[in-house]
Amino acid sequence: MISFIKNHTLTLALLPVLVILSFTSLFVGVIDVTPASLFSGDQETVLIFFASRVPRLLALLCTGTGMSVAGLIMQQLCANKFVSPTTGATISSSQLGILLAMLFMPASTLWGRALFAFLFAILGTWTFVFFIMKIQFKDVVMVPLVGIMFGNIISGITTFLAFKFEMTQALTSWLTGHFSSVIRGRYEIVYLVVPLVIIAFMFSSYFNIVGMGKDFSKNLGVHYKGVLFTGLTIAAVITASIVVVVGSISYIGLIVPNVVAMYKGDNIKGTLFDVALFGSLFVVACDMVGRVLIAPFELPIELIVGVVGSVLFIGLLFYRLKHGNRAIRRVRQRGEATT
Amino acid sequence: MKIRNLTKKYDENVVVDSANFEIPQGKILSLIGPNGAGKSTVMGMISRLIARDAGIIDFDGKDISRWKDRELSKRLAILTQQNSIQMRLTVRELVAFGRFPYSGSHLNEEDQAIIDRSIKYMELEEMEHCFIDELSGGQRQRAYIAMVIAQDTDYVLLDEPTNNLDIYHASNMMKMVRKLCDELGKTVVLVLHEINYAAFYSDYICAFVGGKIEKIGTVNEVMTKENLYEIYNVDFEIMEIEGKPLSIYY
Repeated sequence: MISFIKNHTLTLALLPVLVILSFTSLFVGVIDVTPASLFSGDQETVLIFFASRVPRLLALLCTGTGMSVAGLIMQQLCANKFVSPTTGATISSSQLGILLAMLFMPASTLWGRALFAFLFAILGTWTFVFFIMKIQFKDVVMVPLVGIMFGNIISGITTFLAFKFEMTQALTSWLTGHFSSVIRGRYEIVYLVVPLVIIAFMFSSYFNIVGMGKDFSKNLGVHYKGVLFTGLTIAAVITASIVVVVGSISYIGLIVPNVVAMYKGDNIKGTLFDVALFGSLFVVACDMVGRVLIAPFELPIELIVGVVGSVLFIGLLFYRLKHGNRAIRRVRQRGEATT
Repeated sequence: MKIRNLTKKYDENVVVDSANFEIPQGKILSLIGPNGAGKSTVMGMISRLIARDAGIIDFDGKDISRWKDRELSKRLAILTQQNSIQMRLTVRELVAFGRFPYSGSHLNEEDQAIIDRSIKYMELEEMEHCFIDELSGGQRQRAYIAMVIAQDTDYVLLDEPTNNLDIYHASNMMKMVRKLCDELGKTVVLVLHEINYAAFYSDYICAFVGGKIEKIGTVNEVMTKENLYEIYNVDFEIMEIEGKPLSIYY
């Protein structure tokens, strides 16, 4: 029992905080919804609670989990701590997909757009990874820089097309991530994150092995390219299903897996749950700040995440450049189970 | 394992030119030769890491390319020079990957017992929960060997296992390799640069020059002044120490 607590300190610390924060988040908003008014059975309160507040919380949790797990998978597969849906062109590719769906199929439903977003996110991520595998950069920082450049080229195309066809206004909603339009019936695609994260968990050892390199995978009888591209596809679909509902949310996929890895290492099986928890916590917290800061108005979450994230990212960058992949906690205690 | 007419070309450049040899079971075979002689390429081809251009690699009556990846990884393990691994895994987590061909991600009690044994065998109990990137080069190499032991294969191929190790760790590594063969009954193939390690610790030596097999035979057959001169183009003196022919060169 004691060793269980020791092994899962991080999980046990994050879980209650997330539960409390999530519960609080349900009762934050322009219209006063309190637990008391909810139980009194007030029609309007119940409606707001179930049509807006609950969906919003679920979307937040799915987004946090999804983005951070997608980042984790990408970082492991590419064996580079700076790769993520933001720095790997996944987000910008899915935005391009959404725009093309709106252009060519103006009558498309959310699902139609989602399919386009999936397709483009997958293609964009594959292209990026294919590219970095071919070129084999010596410096780890080059990889995300190339990714950011590649992402910006795709964003450039998206913006150009949007201007050309006067779609900029419609597109804005997907460029800046926000949760204010999440209501019942319009966000359910984001639930795709749940089965995909479960699949990712089942494949976690494969991702680890592929992250150790081609020879290493082959020695253990693992199909390197097959797993690599399956993993990237999972990460891309997770990302795209979030972008289609709430828009781009940067930094989470980059920062969350890094911070968790500093404490718990890189064994995905052992860290995936913490990554999901920490990601959810980060998103729920940032969303709450965005709703409270200038109430009754609301700041898009992308703004809050961007400010907090960029500061953390710079810190992370200095830390990695100075210490490489070193953990904060240097030597683990004996007697801890690891698998 | 029988190898027939094994050939590898890069463009028009023939790196391995129809090599024929057999890997004797339950023994240690060292591949030696000057840089660029093709020994690492041969190792890569017999472990299916590198595609070959021609030839047959007969492993247990079946060509190696017709083996299923998973099945082969239970019979043959290859360790290349691991110096670029970024991943932060503990020694135990790394060794546990050796059981992957058998149980995938769901390790049973038998797997755990095998992992325990492998860690103990390589004397890594003290550091089984340390991250591999915090270990010294010698310790890390031992952790990889422990993984190979957990993989429980009949054949173990090691590409320059003493590379980047100091004399103390390198000779310890070679003693470990000898134990793998003598105590665990494994067939070991090594690529080695240091010929005296090959002479002292292996049973057979196969010398490559310019992509061709120049000499192959027991240690005593290959380790003569004349042969070594032909292989390396350097004058050698041979001395017998503990019944093994060791070479002196300068």
